[in-house]
Amino acid sequence: MNFFFDLMIGGLAIGACYALIALAMVIIYKTSEVPNFAQGEMAMLATFVAYTIMANYGVGFWTGVIVTLIFAFCLGVVLELCFLRPAENPGVLGSIVITLGAEMILYGLAGWTWGANQNPFPVPFSEYSGITIGGVIITEINLWTMVVSLLVMLILFLFFRFTKLGTAMKAVQQNSFAAKAMGIPTRRILTFTWGLSSSTGAIAGMLIAPIATLDPNMMLDPMLKGFAGGVLGGLTSLPGAAAGAYLLGIIENLFGGYVSLEFKSVVAFAVIVLILCLKPSGLFVKHYERKV
Amino acid sequence: MARIDQLTLALDNLNYTKTDRKAANMLETRNIEIYYGKIMVVRGLSLKVERGEIRAILGANGAGKSTTLKTIMGYIEDQPEKGSIWFEEKRIDGMKTEKIVPMGIAYVPEGREVFPELSVRENLMMGAYTRKDKDIDTDLARVFGYFSVLKDRLKQLAGTLSGGEQQMLAIARALMSRPKLMILDEPSLGLSPLLVSEIFEIIKSINREGTTILLVEQNARKALGIADHAFIMESGRIVLEGPPGKLIENEDVQEFYLGVKQETSVKGFQRYKRKKRWR
Repeated sequence: MNFFFDLMIGGLAIGACYALIALAMVIIYKTSEVPNFAQGEMAMLATFVAYTIMANYGVGFWTGVIVTLIFAFCLGVVLELCFLRPAENPGVLGSIVITLGAEMILYGLAGWTWGANQNPFPVPFSEYSGITIGGVIITEINLWTMVVSLLVMLILFLFFRFTKLGTAMKAVQQNSFAAKAMGIPTRRILTFTWGLSSSTGAIAGMLIAPIATLDPNMMLDPMLKGFAGGVLGGLTSLPGAAAGAYLLGIIENLFGGYVSLEFKSVVAFAVIVLILCLKPSGLFVKHYERKV
Repeated sequence: MARIDQLTLALDNLNYTKTDRKAANMLETRNIEIYYGKIMVVRGLSLKVERGEIRAILGANGAGKSTTLKTIMGYIEDQPEKGSIWFEEKRIDGMKTEKIVPMGIAYVPEGREVFPELSVRENLMMGAYTRKDKDIDTDLARVFGYFSVLKDRLKQLAGTLSGGEQQMLAIARALMSRPKLMILDEPSLGLSPLLVSEIFEIIKSINREGTTILLVEQNARKALGIADHAFIMESGRIVLEGPPGKLIENEDVQEFYLGVKQETSVKGFQRYKRKKRWR
């Protein structure tokens, strides 16, 4: 039975990372209907920046994290300004191509700057010790990942629920024509969306880097899983996407533990195919029909 | 003919620049021409809205009414191609919507356009987006004075409201910015006659309390009922304007907009289609 709980803890921890990526993608997807495939590389680049300032310039962990979040925010803003804004009504397909292009540029940039070496990402949390509850060890890093992820979700929830800017973002998502009529600067809101999403992704990157290793390829798998988790829960709802990503992490880990470790990654996508056949809008989406 | 037209246009322009700068005009368009691609939708439209009035633009579908409103609000990029738009003696054509709205113009788009998955309260808060002050509660109270229905629905999602309630919410939302001028695009669209009357009554009382109103309507009878001055627009031009009393006397208005009078010929049979003369 302990084995099961171990798997659950591991699944929850990795699910928490997926959830953050899913959230980052959903934030952009909801505003602009662009599935941002550059999300992973954006997070990877930000994590590399965190690593560089911590390892090479001796910046403390927490300062480094804050600097990285600011950097990630700026990165998102710059990407939106440079890649998406110049394109006039690119359509969904065009946008996907644009984000894929941005992804490759960022990937190349990281490979060129930091090389393909696998670097250890230093964190002040242990990967081996932690608290033990009834024979099940929750390592510090797993605990930390889960707490941070929940905290970020809480902050995002409060932001979208109670702040004027958050509500304005939702307004732009739902009806940008009317949002304009309210005097909301829709373009600037969209740019801000990219910044916010990029920062969220960067947190995911910094949580994944210590578990995996830090190299230009590190976000490829988590990004796809995060996206898949988002689709599983429903790309149009923040809590839905997060829940889907958690679920995916758990399913994947249980499958890896009980059935086959080699096919662990495959199961995630099998689940997606199943969901897309059965409930394409996602598991946790309250389907909303617009009244005419 | 064409030459004389041009001449009068030029003279008009001269007069505008010289005399009318300090007039009571709230909103004015001067000979605006609007293109969609290569198609000219609005052909030299000049209209004025005076402070404190209700003015209505009437016209058939495709006359360019909504396009004019959207252009005034800065929605259509690079338009108007020619002419200028003035709001309180400031030139606003070419400005972005987000700059125009804070100047004191509120726009109620055609077909309500509420934020469906925001609550009624959040919708209203978004109406006050450009306001810097925190005194939102006074305005909420004012708005509930007009639309008491909304008060009970504050927490409900706007998308679950009925059509009439959504229209009320759209107008209420526009009021939240404390506009000097409110522009409404077909507030009666898709509403039952009773609701239309109610909405028009409310528009009238909003106007009485100091907001200038520019209204685009298909429902000519209702619009003429509350307007101080009306324009009749046809294929991108204003063909007739004046106080409603005068417009109602016009034969063409009676036949084409109010549907009351049908011309009969001397011999007693009706022609298949009468030509509009717009005298």
